[in-house]
Amino acid sequence: MATVTHSESHTHDHDHDHEEHHHELGFIRKYIFSEDHKVIAKQYLISGIAWAVIGGLLSVLFRLQLGFPEMDLSWLRFLLGDWINETGKLDPNFYLALVTMHGTIMVFFVLTAGLSGTFSNFLIPLQVGARDMASGFMNMLSYWIFFLSSVIMFVSMFIKTGPAGGGWVIYPPLSALKDANPGSQDGMTLWLVAMALFIVSSLLGGINYVTTVINLRTKGMSFDKMPLTIWAFTFTAILGILSFPVLLSAALLLIFDRSFGTSFYLSDIYINGQALPNQGGSPILFQHLFWFLGHPEVYIVILPALGLTSEIIATNSRKPIFGYKAMIFSMAGIMFLAFIVWAHHMFMTGMNPFLGSVFMLLTLIIAVPSAVKAFNYIATIWRGNIIFTPAMLFAIGLVSFFVSGGLTGIILGNSALDIQLHDTYFVVAHFHLVMGSAAFFGMIAGVYHWFPKMFGRMMNNTLGYIHFWATFAGVYLIFFPMHYIGIAGFPRRYYQWSKFETFNTYTDLNAFISIAAIVTFLAQFIFIYNFVYSIFKGKKATSNPWRSNTLEWTTPIHPGHGNWEGEIPTVYRWPYDYSKPGAAEDFIPQHIPFSQTPESNLPEETELIEKEQELAKIVFDPTIHD
Amino acid sequence: MTLLIVIFAIVFLVLTALVIGKTQSLLKKIDKTKSDTEEVSSTKADSANDANGIALFVFWILSIVGIVWSFLDARKHFLPEASSEHGRQTDYWFWVSMIVIMVGFFVVNTFLFYFPMKYRFNKNRKVTFYTHNNSLEVIWTLIPAAIMAGLVFSGLRVWNKVMDDAPQNAEVIEIMGKQFGWLVRYPGVDDNKLGNYNYKLMDDAGGNDMGIDFTDVHSFDDFGNASELHIPKGKPVLLKIRSRDVLHSVFIPHMRVKMDAVPGMPTKFWFVPEKTTADMRAELNNPDFNYEIACAEVCGRSHFAMKLLLVVDEPEEYEKWKKSQKPFLTVNPALLEKVPDNLKANALKYIQVEAAPVATTEVAADSTGAGNAGTILK
Repeated sequence: MATVTHSESHTHDHDHDHEEHHHELGFIRKYIFSEDHKVIAKQYLISGIAWAVIGGLLSVLFRLQLGFPEMDLSWLRFLLGDWINETGKLDPNFYLALVTMHGTIMVFFVLTAGLSGTFSNFLIPLQVGARDMASGFMNMLSYWIFFLSSVIMFVSMFIKTGPAGGGWVIYPPLSALKDANPGSQDGMTLWLVAMALFIVSSLLGGINYVTTVINLRTKGMSFDKMPLTIWAFTFTAILGILSFPVLLSAALLLIFDRSFGTSFYLSDIYINGQALPNQGGSPILFQHLFWFLGHPEVYIVILPALGLTSEIIATNSRKPIFGYKAMIFSMAGIMFLAFIVWAHHMFMTGMNPFLGSVFMLLTLIIAVPSAVKAFNYIATIWRGNIIFTPAMLFAIGLVSFFVSGGLTGIILGNSALDIQLHDTYFVVAHFHLVMGSAAFFGMIAGVYHWFPKMFGRMMNNTLGYIHFWATFAGVYLIFFPMHYIGIAGFPRRYYQWSKFETFNTYTDLNAFISIAAIVTFLAQFIFIYNFVYSIFKGKKATSNPWRSNTLEWTTPIHPGHGNWEGEIPTVYRWPYDYSKPGAAEDFIPQHIPFSQTPESNLPEETELIEKEQELAKIVFDPTIHD
Repeated sequence: MTLLIVIFAIVFLVLTALVIGKTQSLLKKIDKTKSDTEEVSSTKADSANDANGIALFVFWILSIVGIVWSFLDARKHFLPEASSEHGRQTDYWFWVSMIVIMVGFFVVNTFLFYFPMKYRFNKNRKVTFYTHNNSLEVIWTLIPAAIMAGLVFSGLRVWNKVMDDAPQNAEVIEIMGKQFGWLVRYPGVDDNKLGNYNYKLMDDAGGNDMGIDFTDVHSFDDFGNASELHIPKGKPVLLKIRSRDVLHSVFIPHMRVKMDAVPGMPTKFWFVPEKTTADMRAELNNPDFNYEIACAEVCGRSHFAMKLLLVVDEPEEYEKWKKSQKPFLTVNPALLEKVPDNLKANALKYIQVEAAPVATTEVAADSTGAGNAGTILK
């Protein structure tokens, strides 16, 4: 492999001896069982969007029930069949199933697989300068196991006893006892099987991401030159690798309790006129195991979104990200602390109050790096020259949600205040803002921003703006008033509130929230139309439409399998040289050496010019497949 | 009506889309006729850039109006009147924390929405190349850290107090969750001690739905009540909480009490009620007011209807009410079978009491007329 001296133009006339994949793959190997990370990313994206529509639709159904408890829902019988009873009301068991499936789908299938799966796969090789993931085969396996998991979860919604119905946290004994709830019968079995497969898929993906980032960076791409997106994906993958196996063991033990008569989580139970033989188990054990994943999971969901946002905000502010190192350390801090705050979900479970004190302390510490991140975003847009692409608008929306939702976490993390607010709508409003909507906005921002790289075409900006404004206003209209309902003490997962005098208020507010939710849901079809239309008919993209610095924009408009046609560019600088004083353009991509930009180099960068020669001299061993 | 609103909303949305789309294409045409040479700058920021930047700030101003108005409008139902000692404290710290986070909310969001308007694209603007500022970053790490520390320590103090062991003189009452209702047990007026229980003794058909162990003498005078939980005002009340099937959670909104009921692991929560039901009725000017106990942990189909009425009495009334209640043995003499022979004599006392006329009229009078509302959905 030849060494490059002028990397500006990675010309096609090299005689490159690495595999160029000149042999055309058949349709099945190219688009279905593909090992190309870009195709796998698109598969994840489209699956994620499909799941988001289903998850959103479920939420509309239960919002109808909560906002309009008197409404005659007979017209939904075509869809829900017998789940609408003779009087035209939603069955309370099915209501619980809706809530459960909405949570499961959104947290795992949309915001974990759809977000991390799409963008880690798409961006890691492109931004670190690799031809593909460390193991393309494992990557393919990861998607298809996810697909199998999706199919099982989807099928579970159509069985007679309904899908799982004990809340997305599936606390036993409710989820373990078939007599306790129809949702704990076959639906729960399928849920557990689907989740076990999901975890396998997620691990295959995560190991691949970490390996690729550590081993396959291009020449010059030292860790301190990696875009924040890559840092975020790496931390996310590490979180997943270390915490998902714990959920798998929790699920396995639950499967044993359900089917093989063990008593890991069961003790002293009398149900259906019978005392069960199980003794010595603890339902609290399950909660500890579950939240050992469950809490890192919220960071698995939000960190990639923050990573994408960092990139989008810097690019569109035409200004370096503020505090690059502080951002990395914040994310590292968040990742580390994420493992030791899980029991703040369990203050009121009867856990030792001393543990409550410890977890409260740790939980409030995690607010500090999160605050630093938010401040750094704001410092980045300060005195920038901001271009409001749809991606940028969504990124700003994300920061706003992250701040607004994160702040209420300070109240919920305080165990004394959590006594009243635990399992009320205050919690629901909190996490829907800080991780649900924020991560969702990160995902959408990512799609708008990297669409040109994915499909070689542009999405329509005007539709993007409309989509943003409808969604942004919609999300706040849904979740801001929801805090009020929570402060009034309304408990979660209630089919209706009128059974209690204390909760028999706010009927108008609940109706309002439901309308806002329905309108916001419908607004998402603007996006879907824009997405599908632009894939086929969108304006043709240029190679670097956002005038961005990172490596993915140095690939051809339609990168083939292997990403770069010639040699992979060498990286000389960090990814945030936007609006550098003295430079002719307001961006200097990562692959431009300092020797070419004497007019804008800082003193310490001039010194680096000598080292560039050494960097250029590095010769890759062609026998090692990259 | 609501359907109408939905339809309007959709129509409005579609119209906005159309109008913006039309304006856009018009503007584009104007742009095209103006100059084809400004190709580069037009790829930077489109004609909607100014509008979007300004709109972000306008959105924030409108939001502030909306937030203030909706807050004032909704607050009448916030944190229903606290009726327990620790409840007043947690409420106080809730509002302190709320003020702190509201300051953060308004300050941070104001910057976040003001900068987009101020620094929206302008081709003459010089961007400040500003990569980091260590002292600034240290400051905004330390400020949140200090605020957090303050909130943590105030929170810890309250938490430790609430979770501390109940005082010796606490009134002990057992509450058990089941699908779908609450069962309560009092230690009785004679020995004031709860008898043992064992889930294997539970027998709905045999009248022992709480699994009370009648080989324990302390069980003999224990009594229960299916529709109401009575507690005395001004005295610590210790709830011993358990569940017999799935997880439940005892939630008494007005008392700021919440604690899961876990099968196989008894939990507890103690508090001091400060206002009787009658006090609250007078204070809220609502003669129908009742304290309610709800379930806060999803437990199945009728989770939303797992209600028990809570009645806070003046201490004298409470003692009187307790005396009027009939022990389990009295209500269900068949339970005598479970009592071992050597203790039968002690137990018989409660069976015989039933023969004597108990002041049943007093029961009806003392339950403050709320008994009829205490039905539990099955």
